[in-house]
This record gives sequence, C-alpha cells and structure tokens, in this order.
Amino acid sequence: MNVLVGLSALQIALGLSVVGIIILVAGARRNSPRLRDAGYAAVYTSFGLVTVSTLTMVVALVTHDFSVSYVAQVGSRSTPLLFTIISLWAALEGSILFWAFLVFGLAALAVRAHRREPGHSFEYAAATMLAIGVFFLILLVGPANPFHLVVPTPSDGPGPNPLLQNHPLMAVHPPLLYLGYVGLSVPFAFAVGAMVSGEVADDRWIRSARRWTIAAWIFLSAAIIAGMWWSYEVLGWGGYWAWDPVENASFMPWLTATAFLHSIMVQERRGMLRVWNLNLVVVTFVLTVLGTFLTRSGILSSVHAFTQGTIGYYFLAFIAIVLVASLALVAGYAPELRQRGTLDDPLSRETAFLVGNLLLSVMTFTVLLGTLFPLVAEAVRGVKVSVGGPFFNQMTLPVIVMLLFLLGVGPALPWRRTDRAKLSRRLLVPAAVMVTVAIAVVAMGTRDVYAVLAFAFGAFALTTNLQEFWTGARARMRGRGERVFTALPRLVRGNHHRYGGYLAHTGLIAAAIGIAASSAFKTEREITLKPGEAVTVAGRVVRLDDVWGRQEQGRTSIGADVSVLSGGRVVAHLEPAQRFYESSDTPIPTPAVHSSAARDVYVNLMAFKEDGSSATIRVLVEPLVVWIWLGGGIVCLGAFVGFWPQRKRYARAPAVAHTTSTVPNAGEIRPVQVEVLS
Amino acid sequence: MKWKIAVAAAVLAVPAVALLGFGLTRDPGAIPSPLPGRMAPEFALPAFTSGSPTPMHPDSVPHVDTVRLAALRGDVVVLNFYASWCLACRDEHLVLQRVASRYVGTDVHFAGILYNDIVASALDWLKEMGPLPYPSLEDRGSRAAIDYGLYGVPETFIIGRDGRVVLKHVGPVTDSMLVSQIERLRAAAPPASARAGAP
Repeated sequence: MNVLVGLSALQIALGLSVVGIIILVAGARRNSPRLRDAGYAAVYTSFGLVTVSTLTMVVALVTHDFSVSYVAQVGSRSTPLLFTIISLWAALEGSILFWAFLVFGLAALAVRAHRREPGHSFEYAAATMLAIGVFFLILLVGPANPFHLVVPTPSDGPGPNPLLQNHPLMAVHPPLLYLGYVGLSVPFAFAVGAMVSGEVADDRWIRSARRWTIAAWIFLSAAIIAGMWWSYEVLGWGGYWAWDPVENASFMPWLTATAFLHSIMVQERRGMLRVWNLNLVVVTFVLTVLGTFLTRSGILSSVHAFTQGTIGYYFLAFIAIVLVASLALVAGYAPELRQRGTLDDPLSRETAFLVGNLLLSVMTFTVLLGTLFPLVAEAVRGVKVSVGGPFFNQMTLPVIVMLLFLLGVGPALPWRRTDRAKLSRRLLVPAAVMVTVAIAVVAMGTRDVYAVLAFAFGAFALTTNLQEFWTGARARMRGRGERVFTALPRLVRGNHHRYGGYLAHTGLIAAAIGIAASSAFKTEREITLKPGEAVTVAGRVVRLDDVWGRQEQGRTSIGADVSVLSGGRVVAHLEPAQRFYESSDTPIPTPAVHSSAARDVYVNLMAFKEDGSSATIRVLVEPLVVWIWLGGGIVCLGAFVGFWPQRKRYARAPAVAHTTSTVPNAGEIRPVQVEVLS
Repeated sequence: MKWKIAVAAAVLAVPAVALLGFGLTRDPGAIPSPLPGRMAPEFALPAFTSGSPTPMHPDSVPHVDTVRLAALRGDVVVLNFYASWCLACRDEHLVLQRVASRYVGTDVHFAGILYNDIVASALDWLKEMGPLPYPSLEDRGSRAAIDYGLYGVPETFIIGRDGRVVLKHVGPVTDSMLVSQIERLRAAAPPASARAGAP
C-alpha cells in the first residue's frame, strides 16, 4: 500500500511537472495569464504530490513497514523514534526524496511570493525550478527509487548507520544543508528567468535573488556549523574541519554566495559588477550541484557517500546540461549588461567589496582545485594522490587572514570616495588594538605567523565592526537622549541590511578567532588510568572515577565517569563512552566535552579493561572552541536581521536625516554618518 | 553570433564534465598496491566452514579442510578478507552471498579469509548474517594478511587464471564491479600451462 501510494504520487508529480514547464513557457511566450496560473497550479499540485510521497515514507518508517525497500534498508525496530524519523535522510534514496520535497516546497513558496510580479521573468524562473524538480523526480522513479516492494517482507531491518544515530545533530545538519543547497537554486532560477525573458537588463531580478540568497545562505552557514559541531561531538578526534571533499563541497557554494551577497550591493548602488553577479549566481548553483554529485555519486569514499549504482551518471548529465545552458545564457546576455557606474576612488567601499570578491573567488578556486586534483592527477598521470589538510591550510590561510583584515577596513570605507584623514581617525583605535594584540600574542610565545596575524587582524576587524555599533548608538544617545540599551536595538532596526551585516561580521570574526586559538593552542594527552587516578593537561586536572557498562535501547554503552578539576574544585562530570550498536560490532566513540568561554576540555574513551580496573582516555584542552559555535550562531542571527524586511518608518536614523544623501534610491544609511558625528 | 557563444560554452564545459565522468569510472576503493600484475602469494589455510548452507561449530568439526591457492590455478579466484567486528563487511555480505552463489560449481572460486578475529565469533556472525556459499579460512598469525599487504578489512583480491592478482579492492565490493571483473577474467583464455595440465 505504502509502496503504491508513494511511488505513484512521484510518477504523477513527474508528469505534471513536465506539463507545468511547457504551460509556463507557453504562457510567458503568448502572454497568457490563464496559462501562467495553470502553470503555477501545476507547481502547487506537484508539491502536494511529493509531500504525500514523503509523508508516506515517514509513515512507513515509523510503522516499520519493511515491505518498502528503503525501510528495509535503514529501518530497525530497535531504533528510537527520533532516529527512525530522521533516517529519512540516512541513506541515498530517502535523502533524494527529502531533497525533492524541498525543491518543490521552495518552488511553491517562490510562486506564492512572486506570482504577482510584472513581466515574464518569474514564469521562466518557476519553469526552471520545476525542471530542477523533474531531475530529482527522474532519479526517484528510476535509479534512486525508495519504494521498491520487498517480497517476502523482512521482519526487521539493520537500522541506519550507527554513526548517524548517535547524536541529535543528525536531525539538524542534513535538513539545514539541503535547505541551503536547494535555496541557492532559487536565485539561479531567477537569473535564468531574467535572461530567458530578456528582462535581465532592468536589474529587478537581483532584489528577489538577493533575498533568497540571504535566506539560503543562513541555512547553509548553519548547516556547515552544525556539521562541524557534529564532527566535533561525535567523531572523537577533537577537531571540526578536515578539508574532506564533502566539507569542501558545502564550503565552496558558501564562499561564492558570500561573494554574491556583497557584490550585489555594488550593483544595487552603483550599477557595477552586473555580469560578475550573474556569473556568481550561476557558479554558486553549479557548485551546489557539484557538491551533490560529489556526495551522492560514489565518486568518493566518505560518511556521506552511500553505496549505489548508476545515479552518478544522471548527476553528470544534469551538471552537463546546467553548465552548458547557463554558460550559453550568460555569454549570450552579458553584452546587454553594460556597467553603469565607474570606480571613482581606489580607496572606497566598492574597492573593498571588489577585493573581498577577488579573495573569496581565489579561495573557492583553491578549494575546488584541491578537491578535484586527485581526479585530475588520476586522469592525466594515472596516479592516485590525496590532497590533505596541509595543502588547504597553506593555500587558504593567507587568503583568510587577508579577508580578516579586509573585514576590519571595509566598514570604515565610505562609498565612492574616502577622506584619508577621516579614515585614519576611524581606524586609529582598531589599529591600536591590533598592535596590542599582536604584541601580546607574540609575548605569549606564539611564533606561527598566521596565528599571530589571525589574532591581530581578528582583533582589528572586531574593533572596527563593534565601533560601528558604538558610533551609531552614541549618535542616537546624543541626538535623542536614548539610553544605550534602547539606542542599540533601535539602531539595528533602523537599518537591517547594514547592522545585520556588521553583526554577521562580528560572529564570523569570533568564529575565526575561535578556530585560530583552538588549532594553535591545542594540548593533547592520551593516558591509561585506574579509577581514582588523575592526569593534568594544560592546567586542568582530569580524574577517572569509575568505569561502567549499561544496556540501552538498541545498544550497549561502556563508559567512564570522569571529573574535571580546576584549582582543586570539581567543575564538571563527564561521561565519555563507547557505544556498541546491535547492527555493528565497531564501537562508536562518544566523547564528552566540558565547554566554557575560555576553553573546552574534551575527553574521549579510547579503551577499557573489561573488569573496569582501568581505562585509556584521551584528553584535549582546546581554547575558545565555544566561540566557533557562538560565532556561527551570531553569523546566522546577523544574516537573519539583514534578511528581515525593513519597515518604512525606521528607514532613516535622525543623525543622517540632515545629511543630504547623494546616492539615489539608497535603502541603506551610508557611512556618511560619521562625517556628521566626528 | 549566439550559436558561436553556445559552442564556446560547450567547449568550456566539456573538460569539466569529462573529468567528473572519468571520476565516476574510477573506483575510490581501488588503492595502489604493488600486487596487481604479480603472482598472488601462495597460502594453505585451514577452513572453518565448508561453504555448505549451515556453518559448523568449531567443536563439532574443528577444521573442514585446507584450502591451497596453488590447487586453484587455472581458475578465477576471489579472496575476501573479512572480520566479524568489521562494519563495512556487513555492507558487502549480501553482495558476496549473491555473487558467489551465481558461481557455485563453476571455474570461479571464492574464499573468505578471517582477519584478526576468533573463529567462534566469526561463526556466530555467519549464523546471524547468513552463511556464505564458499569456505572461510582461518589465518593464524595473519600470515596471509601480511603477504597480501592488508591494511584493513574488508579487502578483496581478484586473481586471474594465471595466478596473477588482477585487482585489489579496499572497502565493500559491489555487485557490478565484482561480476564485471570476474566475467572479464573468465572470458580470457586459460593460460597454456593450465590447459596442458588439464585432462
């Protein structure tokens, strides 16, 4: 029954989507609102059908209907309910189904939001989204069909990969990532729509594209942070980033989307970088498809790469179509996009964005090169090579510290022209902080150039960005007599774009400092202890109290009671464990972490005597790790503030109201503000 | 004009797509090893299951037989190193069962070699996972594993009729890869020496 409903819903949705594409294109060509509305109805109905199919799968999982092939593959009666539900994305077929659900969900949402727009570009955009959906539906009725009937019906299944059922973050990371990936296909659809309809030159599409990109970017950022956190909490090696191809796959579109979110401002204000922005939207989408290909085709071995057959060739065809079609479109329409503005002063906000874009592009290219190099080497020279952390660190660290520096300079630069004297006054405090931090870090014994630069530039950028909040709030406090806690939120409310951006910068810098500190000052110790014995690592005393074993749902856990002492006082009890799942004989490490603002104490149980007489633990003390997660949260919060629509009555802060705005159509307060304040 | 641009775009896209397509044809589990192309290291290992439908308990029949690689010369041999404690071995178990049962009684021989494991746990594991239609061998002191340069389980070696290792595969095997390799080797003519020795 589930098999019948789930599969036929997908098949009908496939047919309907194809018809929908034809209707939408015909409606746009003939200028027929009736055809257009019929096309939109096809989008909604297809979404409904895919939803039915997805819900059918969830019901099949929850009710343990092992006659459904996917349930037989990942289901198990001993898996807890939460992990049973989220095993929807624990293997290939289910993840593609969920993916298709999101593609159609966002398409329906986009139709809902943009259906009344004038012109025909959105009709083509909706057709493009349907086309992407069609690709996923073809996968689902073909090589990735999760609804095969299993005869005879097994009584139980193996359950999902134990690594994927050991931590609740698995409920969060994949959906966030899919939302980010799928979300980035919407701006691409807008770009295609604008080009095909010939409306690309009026720049209207970039407003919608920008909002959708910010939304997708928030999910992608959150997904990357959640993935790092999962890796930190589950894998037991005390790290969070390894330049694994699948990590790079999520990082590359993030980089280009970040570049787009900045360069789009240059286009909105100055009419520059129009072709560049079009390219960024296309490249970002291509990189998400490439990421999907890398993680879903079996081209790599990884926790994300599921065993499967022919699906890689379908993705390859999809990439080929997307690449050729979008390259041809961009090449065909680029000549229509003349640059409207020019660069007036090499020292200006435009230049900062330009340099930032350049750095982000270089970084994307580097990561792409490192990720694909093993393939190139094998294709050209027939040798197997692997490109690891050292390459990526060496190549990207210079770019990262330059970006950090730019994060400090950028906000201090006004649009168009910069008054040199004012700039130096604005950068005085940040520069002083930068020098102080650099000296302090060197004095503390750090000799690694990049660590010193990261801390110094991080402090510099943090100060500049916080200074923006401070000068803005002070202006309100003086001008309106507000208190600081009234002034700050009102300042942010007065200009979401600008202060949301600064907030995101602040979070990013905090995360960068956390990454620099935790990798530069990590202390590690592995030792075998008897209960009652203790070890001192980087000033923290870690004591083994007990070794225990316990039967839990679907698994057996062997763990250690560990106390963390600081200054003779117990500050934390930790329970690092190894979990033995019924479906697996390899123990799954379950490290325990005591986090504080200054440092994390990370304890992993490596081995134990079965009689509980001793245990081998690995202790890592890593400073400032928590700031990576907090910083990541602030990044998303800041982007969300920037995403939130501006209410008209807050459009302008009073401090700026009496400066004459020189930029037409300015939705944002420009740094001209400082000229009034200083 | 526009068609020229489209052609240029296609020309740009072709190498990228070709590279990814090439990647698809590669097996990420095929790790360089000096073995392929060389003679497979000989072994004579005691079997603890015969490959009959029910695995025997070690107490009832300690060892079924000894399997010698030399005795299989002239036929295609698939060696699979596995262990009961190995997660990925579970993934490939069904594949091995399925593919090996196709070749029962033919000129293709399968053998499992237990790696760093206790025979009793392996028998329990086989009872749980379902028996394999071919013998499992005990490798005391990991002699064969060392000869074959094993660095983990599962690893699978495919040996041609001439006794040379054709493929070393790291990680779980897939149906298509296994069958295509075997069929390719079966199609190859048996070496002259083997034919001369045949009755």
